[in-house]
Amino acid sequence: MNPRDAAASVVDPEIRVITIDELGILRAVEEDPTSGRVTVTITPTYTGCPAMDVIRADIRRALTAAGHPDAEVQTVYSPPWSTDWISEGGRAKLAAAGIAPPAPVPTAGVVSLTLAVRCPQCGSPETEQVSRFGSTACKALWRCRSCSEPFDHLKAL
Amino acid sequence: MNGPFDFTLSLADDALVAAQRLAEWATRAPEMEEDIALSNIALDQLGAARLLLSYAGELEGAGRDEDALAYLRDDREFRNALLVELPNGDFAVTMAKLFFLAAYQLPLYTALAGCADERLAAIGAKARKESAYHLDHGALWVKRLGDGTEESHRRMQTAVDQVWPYTHELFAADPAAPVDPATVRPAFDEVVGPALAEATLTRPDSAWAPAGGRAGVHTEHLAYLLAEMQVLHRAHPGANW
Repeated sequence: MNPRDAAASVVDPEIRVITIDELGILRAVEEDPTSGRVTVTITPTYTGCPAMDVIRADIRRALTAAGHPDAEVQTVYSPPWSTDWISEGGRAKLAAAGIAPPAPVPTAGVVSLTLAVRCPQCGSPETEQVSRFGSTACKALWRCRSCSEPFDHLKAL
Repeated sequence: MNGPFDFTLSLADDALVAAQRLAEWATRAPEMEEDIALSNIALDQLGAARLLLSYAGELEGAGRDEDALAYLRDDREFRNALLVELPNGDFAVTMAKLFFLAAYQLPLYTALAGCADERLAAIGAKARKESAYHLDHGALWVKRLGDGTEESHRRMQTAVDQVWPYTHELFAADPAAPVDPATVRPAFDEVVGPALAEATLTRPDSAWAPAGGRAGVHTEHLAYLLAEMQVLHRAHPGANW
């Protein structure tokens, strides 16, 4: 497996249905043409994301398995991650796993909570926010008024 | 204060001490959702603190990393504003502190995102998105409590009266800094004024403006906070998970 595919196959440790590539936190995979050394660049979703150490370890493990045991993982903070970087495929996987994907980020840069969020279980737009924060830094807790199911919603950032 | 090291350290210490105080609410918040919210905000503050401390260590060039700066300094070496070290008090006091801090950090980080220092600009651009969410959360509670019942209004007004004097220190002029904190005061006032009015709360008129944190002269509360935060690292130097 080439280094790019190996790194892209690593799943997010907290949302295991989506890869770090689909989540948009895998920024680059470069192979030095002379030494063959691989450098992987990632960026965190939130500054305090506690999954970063596990993600780094998982990337090194995947690259070791792909024949690159000396791969280096570097972390960058600019440009800052945005939920707009989550791929279409990634959004579909989140929804299929019961996590409502984020709406596009408002251009003004202000967090907006007024957009309707569709229930990932029944598709109803009749939903309400239960808590502005959720089980991980990137999620909020919502509830469907049609089917009564609670669900996670990835906050637009 | 002078130089990028002191400036970066002051922002780092604001975030670190705020994180430690917020974390004290874990398992004790008035409801489960709020417990999660305060822990999440603490985590954001800790994330920003780690980036800023690491960078401060590089600027200093004395070989101190984020852990050395967080765990091996005494209170006189901390540069946080007094506001963040004040005890949590009741929930209204915590919300007053959260709201005022976010209303300061958001414009400060936003200005930082456009400053000449690339590292600080990257941290500012990242942290401001999180601060915007904290500000929303704090403002929501200030309004709910202020414009709520007679008792919640009384408590929220008491909290604002108690915390307000400590906001002035946040905007102490530092013309040599990458972003002079005095320049973000108008943005703070623009957010805080209308929010307090909507919450039917009064902004205190007092000219009392306690300060000293930026120079390492703190309230008695910081040393106790640090004792709890640092004890494990100092008892087991270099300990790892």
